[in-house]
Amino acid sequence: MVTVLFDGIAWGTLLFVLAVGLSVTLGLMNFVNLAHGAFAMLGGYVTVVMLNRFGVPFLLCLPAAALAAGAAGVILERTLYRRLYEGASHLDQVLFSIGLVFMAMALADFIMGSQQQIVHMPAFLRGQVRLMPGVEVGAYRLFLIASCGATALVLHFALVRTRFGSRLRAGVDNARTARGLGIDVERVFALTFAAGSALAGLGGALGVEILGLDPTFPVKYMVFFLIVVAVGGSGTVTGPLLASLVLGVCDAAGKYYLPQTGAFIIYAVMVAVLILKPQGLFGRAAAR
Amino acid sequence: MQPLGYQTLREHMRARSAWKPAEYLIWLIPIAAWFVLPTHLSLLSQIAIMGLFALSLDLLLGYAGIVSLGHGAFFGLGAYVAGLLGKYGWGEPLSGLAAAALVAGAFGYVSSFLVLRGTDLTRLMVTLGIALMLSEVANKMHWLTGGADGLQGVAIWPVLGLWRFDLYGRVGYAYAVAVLFVLFLLARRIVHSPFGQSLRAIKQNERRMHALGAPVMRRIVAVCTLSAAYAGVAGALLAQTTQFVSLESIGFGKSADVLIMLVLGGTGRLYGALLGALAFMAMRHVLSGMTPQYWEFWLGAMLVLLVMFARGGIFGLIDVLRARLGWARA
Repeated sequence: MVTVLFDGIAWGTLLFVLAVGLSVTLGLMNFVNLAHGAFAMLGGYVTVVMLNRFGVPFLLCLPAAALAAGAAGVILERTLYRRLYEGASHLDQVLFSIGLVFMAMALADFIMGSQQQIVHMPAFLRGQVRLMPGVEVGAYRLFLIASCGATALVLHFALVRTRFGSRLRAGVDNARTARGLGIDVERVFALTFAAGSALAGLGGALGVEILGLDPTFPVKYMVFFLIVVAVGGSGTVTGPLLASLVLGVCDAAGKYYLPQTGAFIIYAVMVAVLILKPQGLFGRAAAR
Repeated sequence: MQPLGYQTLREHMRARSAWKPAEYLIWLIPIAAWFVLPTHLSLLSQIAIMGLFALSLDLLLGYAGIVSLGHGAFFGLGAYVAGLLGKYGWGEPLSGLAAAALVAGAFGYVSSFLVLRGTDLTRLMVTLGIALMLSEVANKMHWLTGGADGLQGVAIWPVLGLWRFDLYGRVGYAYAVAVLFVLFLLARRIVHSPFGQSLRAIKQNERRMHALGAPVMRRIVAVCTLSAAYAGVAGALLAQTTQFVSLESIGFGKSADVLIMLVLGGTGRLYGALLGALAFMAMRHVLSGMTPQYWEFWLGAMLVLLVMFARGGIFGLIDVLRARLGWARA
């Protein structure tokens, strides 16, 4: 019971890091980016290559993965994504990002092969850790909760306490008024997009160990990201975080107690939430 | 009170719905293909089936403007209905199609009430969610659907009791094209009817249609049901001609494929769906023949280019060309 809860929380915090960038993209620019998972996949592959082929320490791989995904995010945002902010329908954005996903998947297959990638974790992240007498948890999952939780805290303070954060929130609440007040919403968005991609890359790097990594990664987890956004709403850190935790725990519990229903329950929950509360359970109402 | 020239309006609509010479030529192509490419008949019948599927999405997206990321649900539902009927003793093909249309249409009717709520974004996610739920059900109900192994042992009786499905796919091809043609005629009639016109108007400005007193919700429910039934027939055709139903036929891939086909050809013109299916399937055949695994890369690149430069699809490009050359449409 405790183990399931613990696994669920670990999965949830990881999911938060993976998906929080998407909630900003959708919330701030109203852009449907189904290719978010591709940035995570990039981070994962960077980690696999650096760790297994060049023997770089795991903790150094993480920032490198985030940097690589963030850089890819900046490049794609400046060259392609920004052309679709104005005048493109959601359908165009969906098609465009599906196109990116297809390309990323084929490239990953071409360069890395279609097999599952395995990473060799350093010794201190392997095995079990005893928290209390009788409660043993995986060391890596504890590490996940700590690192992703810290990331969430940093993000929360960045959003609530910094000037950039208040600009971002203003942009999400009402982009037009924010522009009128002299906030360069496009610039804020470009930076946030890069940060979101970098976070996805970090999440991808952290996730190789428990999610696995193969070229179908972006499609396999796309729905999870969308659910986090749909349930968590946008414009806060706590919304997506709570959504990720609930989703992670539900998914872990569902797999453990009701394996025959598979992913059916979480899809049903997503549809139900979308229908009953289109703005998300924990979100502030989006402007558009 | 009759608004501005009722008689003129009727004539205008009748003129618009008249058959143009090019259309007769288009329908000669499938007949010619029978003689020119006799060794590719199974591929050709797949093209006809996907054409019908894309046509069903065109009714929904191209005319009523309702986005869907889960249209594969109806296709797969139709495929499983026809396949299961064939497996458990009722292999009569035409009634199988009707049953598939009924079940898929009923499901479309029910799910349309969920689609009615919310904006484009919500619709995209709700349709995706519903399709994923259905595909998960098909996957887990192994005892009924065969799960990931697919539904095997589908036995289909001869068409009209006369023509038995043969190994070369001749009967399958003729059957698929005939069904496509009949349903195309029906769809063509529907989109040129006042009902079809009101769908277009809803797409252009839903609020104004509310203000005019048009029953917007009922129209949308009707087109969702119709489109789902069409998709179900397409799925049933695939199940009957291949005598097999795979889990893929209900998956996300199918929904994405059909959307790509339609957008590739051009939305809101019926022939765009057919052309898109033809172009997509031909491209897949050629590219995956060269590099089996990596054709997705070219598909992705094509999508990105399409969205960047040619939002109207192939027919949109043709329109632009015609406008440049001064042959603008009357």
